[in-house]
Amino acid sequence: MGHSEEYKKLEGKIFTKSFYILLSVVLLGFYFVGVRYVKGIGAVSNMSDGYPWGIWITYDVATGTAIACGGYAVAILVYIRNRMQYHPMIRSAILTSMFGYGLAGFSVMVDLGRPWNAYNFFIPSKWQANSAMFEVALCVMAYSTVLILEFLPAILTSIEQSKWERMNAIRNWLHPRFAPDKKTMEDKLEMVRLGALWLKPRLNKVLIFFIVLGITLPTMHQSSLGSLLLIASTKLHPLWHTGFLPLLFLLNCIFIGYSIAILESIISSYSFKRPFEIEELSGLAGLIPFVTVIWLSVVIGDLAHRNQIAAALKGDFYSGWFMTEFLLVAGGSLILFVKKCRRSARWLFISASMIVLGGALYRFNVYLIGFNPGQGWRYFPSFAEVMITVGIVALEILGYKVFVALFPVLPNMDLHGAHKKKGHAKKHKGEQAKQVPQSEATAH
Amino acid sequence: MKKTSRRDFLKLAGATGAGLLACGAGSALANEGLQVNNEELGMLYDATKCVGCKACMSACKRVNHDYGSLSYEKAKFDEDGLWDAPSDLSGSTRTLIKLFKESEQRWSYVKYSCMHCQKPSCVSVCPVSAMTKEKVSGIVDYNKNTCIGCRYCQIACPYNIPKFQWEKAVPQIVKCDLCKATNLREKGISACAEVCPAGAIKFGKRKELLEEAHQRLKDAPDKYVQHVYGEHEGGGTNHLYLASMPFNKLGLPEIKPEAPAEFSEKIQHTIYKGFIAPVALYSTLCFIAVKNMKKHDSHDDDHKKGDK
Repeated sequence: MGHSEEYKKLEGKIFTKSFYILLSVVLLGFYFVGVRYVKGIGAVSNMSDGYPWGIWITYDVATGTAIACGGYAVAILVYIRNRMQYHPMIRSAILTSMFGYGLAGFSVMVDLGRPWNAYNFFIPSKWQANSAMFEVALCVMAYSTVLILEFLPAILTSIEQSKWERMNAIRNWLHPRFAPDKKTMEDKLEMVRLGALWLKPRLNKVLIFFIVLGITLPTMHQSSLGSLLLIASTKLHPLWHTGFLPLLFLLNCIFIGYSIAILESIISSYSFKRPFEIEELSGLAGLIPFVTVIWLSVVIGDLAHRNQIAAALKGDFYSGWFMTEFLLVAGGSLILFVKKCRRSARWLFISASMIVLGGALYRFNVYLIGFNPGQGWRYFPSFAEVMITVGIVALEILGYKVFVALFPVLPNMDLHGAHKKKGHAKKHKGEQAKQVPQSEATAH
Repeated sequence: MKKTSRRDFLKLAGATGAGLLACGAGSALANEGLQVNNEELGMLYDATKCVGCKACMSACKRVNHDYGSLSYEKAKFDEDGLWDAPSDLSGSTRTLIKLFKESEQRWSYVKYSCMHCQKPSCVSVCPVSAMTKEKVSGIVDYNKNTCIGCRYCQIACPYNIPKFQWEKAVPQIVKCDLCKATNLREKGISACAEVCPAGAIKFGKRKELLEEAHQRLKDAPDKYVQHVYGEHEGGGTNHLYLASMPFNKLGLPEIKPEAPAEFSEKIQHTIYKGFIAPVALYSTLCFIAVKNMKKHDSHDDDHKKGDK
């Protein structure tokens, strides 16, 4: 079952103006990463002993991986709920997840004080199964590997069809003294190609088991991201500290995942000036309220059970943030209950944005805003700290741009005219990205 | 034939998984329960006896300077660095004396250092076992050679005890280990308790310390707040406090008797008991996904045949 013709590469230049803008942001971020490794975390961040986790953990890890749950949410939809019509979306969703998780892992390495000791995660005598962090770390590492495996078919297809133009260009550019012999290089490249040819059908056979692993692992670690804060019973505000944190985080990442998928699709349709795929988007949008309604009822039921409803309505700092988060998710879902709104790109965009914002705010509330270590502690991220996060996000977008141009990721619109093209269109803004029909000669 | 057998296997796996999940959820409800061990080592700090001389602070730094990676902290007014003047526990300071003054008549010193909990949150959350609780002595110890620097211990500790060296490129966590590798090994007593000239710090087994504390409360009921802080807080601590002022005014938080680590571990264990739930989830999902793929494939094949 070759799905390769289902996807195609994005035609267009890689080195555009936006590429260089992103690159400079990445470089600035990495300058501060360098400062952090030379002078210590305190030199670049405002974190303190009271707030030992700042935006690197709150945004890059806790929120970033939820936003990267598009791959997870779409995989559930396609493989578990058997909605194969969404299959063309899956590769770009997996690519975003791959970058989202990879860079969450990268920012953890920036955030860790003693990263050289991270090998202890692989030493059984050091394992500490009571720690939610241990579970999150292992799961995220495993999931990142699974994502790479899930993405591998795209790379293999690309190798199979490659005429090695770039490699030859590099060879020609090199000084003849350094350049490898043309014949040997071609032989070696041919071997790589044959290797890819050999691997691909075998990988395809077992791929479904990795895909299902790619559904199981996020279920585990997304809930554990909530479990992380269970222990902070004296520090996390009672509005958010509950035994249901794992369940709430799990549901939260699912509705964020679907909403992000909708947002990405609408933005890309808009910037590629193509009709909106209302049919599929409204189908996807119809699923969201089911998840959010469960989430909202667990939140309310739990608050009522713990007699915290009054605190939620009190109107103070914490209640304000809680109400914002709650109303954003509830409001976004209410819009989606109206069938007319589900069929309007504008309303879909508004409601999906509200739900993503509300869902992300929930995670910020749990990790930072509702977290109070005691009197005298304040936290607001420093410029350098923010720039490291921004640089990492820019790297993610940059990587996505390069990957969709190098590998067949985006849905092939010639084949799937009815299917939406789900790309990170905002990342291609200002770019004349045109889709040239391409007859892909896949090896059958 | 082969295909059917795989399918049957998956079906079976899914069913057993679901069954095990139900059993697991049931048995996980049985509480592990916390056993308080009063034979562990600890300290009793009596704020009414403390004279605020800070001899304990200087002794701690002298004894643990190299081993604990401590250093002297300058005060703003003291540019030459004549005094060690930490303003709070930090990556350079393991123990600290503070003065809380409500009025000329009502004030109290208080000493901060690790509480050495019976059920320490930091040990419960450390993903790589860099924080450990010694079985016999009950000392909560830190091993910088395993620590990855994730600072989850700082999030978890309700007393905000573990401190991180933010200004260093090679940082570590700093916290009291009852002079385990230094003074306790050499002299059998922690440095702070050894040097205290006012007898405000008593070193010993938790059982003796509790007896002593209750005796003092009984002997001078008007002098003290009738409560031994640490006896029940967060499942009990080995570092105990007596004071004449309400403890929350001295910066010691009000904590319920249930250890926070009990609460979180109970939930984590319910979900991950014997790793049954994840395996059950995986096999069930595999079953569904493979079935769906088969349907899709046969549908595809029909489609292709039709095309031809």
